[in-house]
Amino acid sequence: MKSDRWLLPEGIDELLPDEARILEDLRRRLLDLYQAWGYDLVIPPFVEYVESLLTGVGSDLDVQTFKLIDQRSGRLMGVRADMTPQVARIDAHRLRREAPTRLCYIGTVLRTQSDDFASSRSVVQIGAELYGHNGHESDVEMLSLMLETLALAGLQDVYIDIGHVGIFQGLAAQAGLNQEQKNELFDALQRKSVPDITDYLASVSIENGIRQMLLELAWLNGDMDVLSEARKKLQAASDDVHQAIDDMTQVAEQMQSRYPEISLHCDLAEVRGIQYHTGIVFAAYKSGVGQSIAQGGRYDNIGRYFGRARPATGFSADLRSLMKWGMASEQSKNAIFAPADSDPALQQKIKELRQSGERVVAQLSGQAGGAKDLDCDRQIVSRSGQWIVEKIK
Amino acid sequence: MNDSLIIALSKGRIFKETVPLLAQAGITPLDDPDTSRKLILDTNQEQVKLLIVRATDVPTYVQYGAADLGVAGKDVLLEHGGEGLYEPLDLRIAVCKLMVAGRVEEKDKPTAAGGSGARLRIATKFVNSTRRYYAEKGEQVEVIKLYGSMELAPLVGLADRIVDLVDTGNTLKANGLTPLEHMADISSRLIVNKASMKMKHQAVREFIDNMTKAVQDRS
Repeated sequence: MKSDRWLLPEGIDELLPDEARILEDLRRRLLDLYQAWGYDLVIPPFVEYVESLLTGVGSDLDVQTFKLIDQRSGRLMGVRADMTPQVARIDAHRLRREAPTRLCYIGTVLRTQSDDFASSRSVVQIGAELYGHNGHESDVEMLSLMLETLALAGLQDVYIDIGHVGIFQGLAAQAGLNQEQKNELFDALQRKSVPDITDYLASVSIENGIRQMLLELAWLNGDMDVLSEARKKLQAASDDVHQAIDDMTQVAEQMQSRYPEISLHCDLAEVRGIQYHTGIVFAAYKSGVGQSIAQGGRYDNIGRYFGRARPATGFSADLRSLMKWGMASEQSKNAIFAPADSDPALQQKIKELRQSGERVVAQLSGQAGGAKDLDCDRQIVSRSGQWIVEKIK
Repeated sequence: MNDSLIIALSKGRIFKETVPLLAQAGITPLDDPDTSRKLILDTNQEQVKLLIVRATDVPTYVQYGAADLGVAGKDVLLEHGGEGLYEPLDLRIAVCKLMVAGRVEEKDKPTAAGGSGARLRIATKFVNSTRRYYAEKGEQVEVIKLYGSMELAPLVGLADRIVDLVDTGNTLKANGLTPLEHMADISSRLIVNKASMKMKHQAVREFIDNMTKAVQDRS
């Protein structure tokens, strides 16, 4: 009988040396980038009680979270499926700073279901969050840092999609929809299902003008011109909606002038993550990839659940997708092979080489294979009593 | 910028009924999938290609961006969940109904189990839609997944009811079955990959507008 003991669970994978090296290199460079932008690294725990893990983030994340019982307290713990709430907790409960707080993080998250192209249930999430400022500057900073992240990962032809959940929220409030009606409409709008939206709006009693505006919403997407079109078509909307369109315009204009080479797309019906997002939402797409590769947005309310509501915006990405779709630099292999010899002079030489940053691989007596099998391009040899490094021919 | 458009379609009825709409949008396939073995069909427009895939696979191709657009029955979309897709246009083709059907002699009984509390067994290939439908009705049922010839299941005692697409109802009739409950009206939808909608906005939007017009002109 064939053994399948080696088999890993579905959606769980591991990185072999070549990939692991590239990923680690990218991880270090990204954390250096965030450091340079003034973002402090935090390392939240891998498991915590579900109450804090799932606070204020909607039911999707609940389904996505693996759960286990803490035998010490009898309480339910969850393995994090998203690090954002954890970082929000750290800001609201632990740090409690007055000034804007900039935090970044990286870690493995586990999900019960894969929702991405790679069908991975174990994602290396990397991201940054900015707390304590409500305004365009922080939205633009977050978008910029996301673009810098993608650029560092070697991603080209990036498209940015900007939306604002306040537009749908404002129109729904104006229409007087209750939560259940809002959810139904939200579901249809997320799919831009014009037939379903039309059917649904015909079944609820709302004022005709508002019905018309909600119908228009699904088509209000495109380049920046769509924002002025939206102003006309949503003219009768409440001040909140106009404020949201102004916010989008400001952010889009600033991004376009900062990064003129980037293609910007505005979508007024982008309602992703409406359970916790409160303002500008954004995502990055790459030509040839059918799904977003990084995403983020404003979520001003989450801190409230930890005792301190604070404006917040942030983004995150899957490091492995960045590696996969980007062009992470492939480093050529170079290492020095050291013979099995206990001569103190040789040991000293190896130590010096290693200290200078070289990779030195020691031969083991009677080992299989030689220098080339261990990816060494040079070796240490003894020449007239001296240990010197020579190229392997 | 890459402005190609790849459209996923299934062979048969959907293909036949989509072609006239495409023609009105100025797109004619150069091969016929019934005679050609090619799975990627060229069209008179160099940047537009048609992908011939199984009907149930169309949403998957579009969701993951292997195709920018697709034509899929609402039945397939309901079953798939429609996640990660836009479905902006009802093409009003391949129209039929998703229905619960059962044996003629059981037509007037409320449940086949006769109120004895036993669960109804439903044979279908629309497993998710069936579960959702009965859950909303507050009825616990057992769903048996079949891949075809659903009409057989009640006749041989494999199931009490079937859930299937009904067009003329002739197949049901020929097998002593009759429609019992109407679940949903089905027609084909134009579906769009989310990323394509954003990145190839102009080309995609133009295509949708053309198709919208084609649908309106037909009716």
